[in-house]
Amino acid sequence: MISNSNVIGLLYLATIVCFILALRFLSSPKHARLGNRVGGGGMLIAIGTTLALKGIGNWALIVSAGAIGAAVGVVGAKRVKMTAMPQMVALFNGVGGGAAALVALAEFHKLAPASGRIGSTEVVSIVLSALIGSISFAGSAIAFAKLQELIGGRPIVFPGQNIFNGLIVTGAAAFGIAAIAGVQGQWVIVALILLALTFGVMFVLPIGGADMPVVISLLNAFTGLAASATGFVLSNTVLIVSGMLVGASGTLLTLLMGKAMYRSITNVLFSAFGQVQAGTSAARVDDGRTFRATTPEDVAVQLSYARKVVIVPGYGLAVAQAQHDVRQLAELLESKGVEVLYAIHPVAGRMPGHMNVLLAEANVPYDQLKEMDEINSEFPQTDVALVIGANDVVNPAARSDPGSPIYGMPILDVDKAQSVVVMKRSMAPGFAGIDNELFLEQQTTMLFGNAKDSVVKLIAAVKSL
Amino acid sequence: MTQLALFIELPTTHLGLVIELTILALAIFLGIEVISKVPAMLHTPLMSGTNFIHGIVIVGAIAILGTADDTLLKIVGFIAMVLATANVVGGWFVTDRMLEMFRPRRSEPPADEKDKPEP
Repeated sequence: MISNSNVIGLLYLATIVCFILALRFLSSPKHARLGNRVGGGGMLIAIGTTLALKGIGNWALIVSAGAIGAAVGVVGAKRVKMTAMPQMVALFNGVGGGAAALVALAEFHKLAPASGRIGSTEVVSIVLSALIGSISFAGSAIAFAKLQELIGGRPIVFPGQNIFNGLIVTGAAAFGIAAIAGVQGQWVIVALILLALTFGVMFVLPIGGADMPVVISLLNAFTGLAASATGFVLSNTVLIVSGMLVGASGTLLTLLMGKAMYRSITNVLFSAFGQVQAGTSAARVDDGRTFRATTPEDVAVQLSYARKVVIVPGYGLAVAQAQHDVRQLAELLESKGVEVLYAIHPVAGRMPGHMNVLLAEANVPYDQLKEMDEINSEFPQTDVALVIGANDVVNPAARSDPGSPIYGMPILDVDKAQSVVVMKRSMAPGFAGIDNELFLEQQTTMLFGNAKDSVVKLIAAVKSL
Repeated sequence: MTQLALFIELPTTHLGLVIELTILALAIFLGIEVISKVPAMLHTPLMSGTNFIHGIVIVGAIAILGTADDTLLKIVGFIAMVLATANVVGGWFVTDRMLEMFRPRRSEPPADEKDKPEP
């Protein structure tokens, strides 16, 4: 039983330090795993401290709820495929937000009948925690459903949507203000939560599947903020600080995703939505250039006699589950003395940094993975750039054509390489629905087919040389 | 004084609102500072790692469930506890699983900084 508030405060402080160290250690893959352990230790201190507080009871309930939650968490974490990581993150955002909202609800229930008027700090924090937590819970559920393809990834829109959403927000705000102003019947907070849940659903439904990474980052920030607000309710610094760290992280990543897609966050969230207007760019001059198809054998020769090969993986590679084959190809080339690097665009994959995880899973050493800014200066000295399942992120129109919808988006300067091989299923345009000049360039050849099949054929061809 | 009413059962550190807001403001800047040093390569583990960190809401869930004295509080606290534990445990294991996969090139001699490899 701990009842000395200084001891409690110091133990929670230890947790805060552990969490900050955990994030600090994430600055390099070398100590990142150690950092996660430190963070885990911090969490255990916080949980242990709270369990040891004087007045904690209901042990049977605590243990059984903990056991259920832990079982679900472990099984989920061990089973999830790395390609499904965005859904997993969405799910954990949701449960965290839901827990924060429930804690707020319970606090309100505890306090409301006691005095008739809850202190303003508590009630404001309760309202914020309930509101943000519920939005995060419902929004994450929809994001999960979209990513898991339980519902269509296409934006769902209907007439009057903005007015409807506006009414919901106004309603939720009105209940929040009522609660703060002193109307403290239980129904106020329940109504607030119901409206916030509805808003969470309505807010994510109109956003397209491809924009989900931005939504997940944002909901990550929301859940952090909800936890932080809960900290004010409980007057608990560890919640305030940890929640805010997550809030800052989620916000930064959201902005970063927007920047990498060259779209403002408002555009992603409210453009009714999430669809790039294809074909509105300046009319493309059909200059009679055409693409050149190639064969695995030709590409094998090109690769084997190159000094430096840069592989540009896109989500197409992950969809085809070709990561392991690509790594084999890279190792084969390295054994022939070829320098092989991977160029990773910030939005490659389905969430920030997703492609790095997918390649790490395929045992690609992380020092071979180069970020956009690092690799772009190296393309002119690259003999072959091998583009696998990527399209918009290597489209030079982003640099050169002000009329293009992706103009201004930072891209990998693949077109500056000595030669480019694009592996693609067909000439179909990418997500943005625009043509890619890169495919028509002099130095570019196209290798059509499923990414996995093509890479397997390439490996065989390189071996037989 | 309302805080006293709030913590009849649970002892805790009582800070004033202004001090709490000061801590909050500092946490914002600290968060931005620390997070901006995380390389893009680790952004997915960063997300699941921060996912794990917001599981700290488990502290609130324990406080509710551990002091619940009516049925409604017990139900709400129980659900909150299940969700928060799933958040903590799942978030930690999935982050660990990801970070385990990040390995440097084996054949290469140690980098010039001479950092000892992790066990």
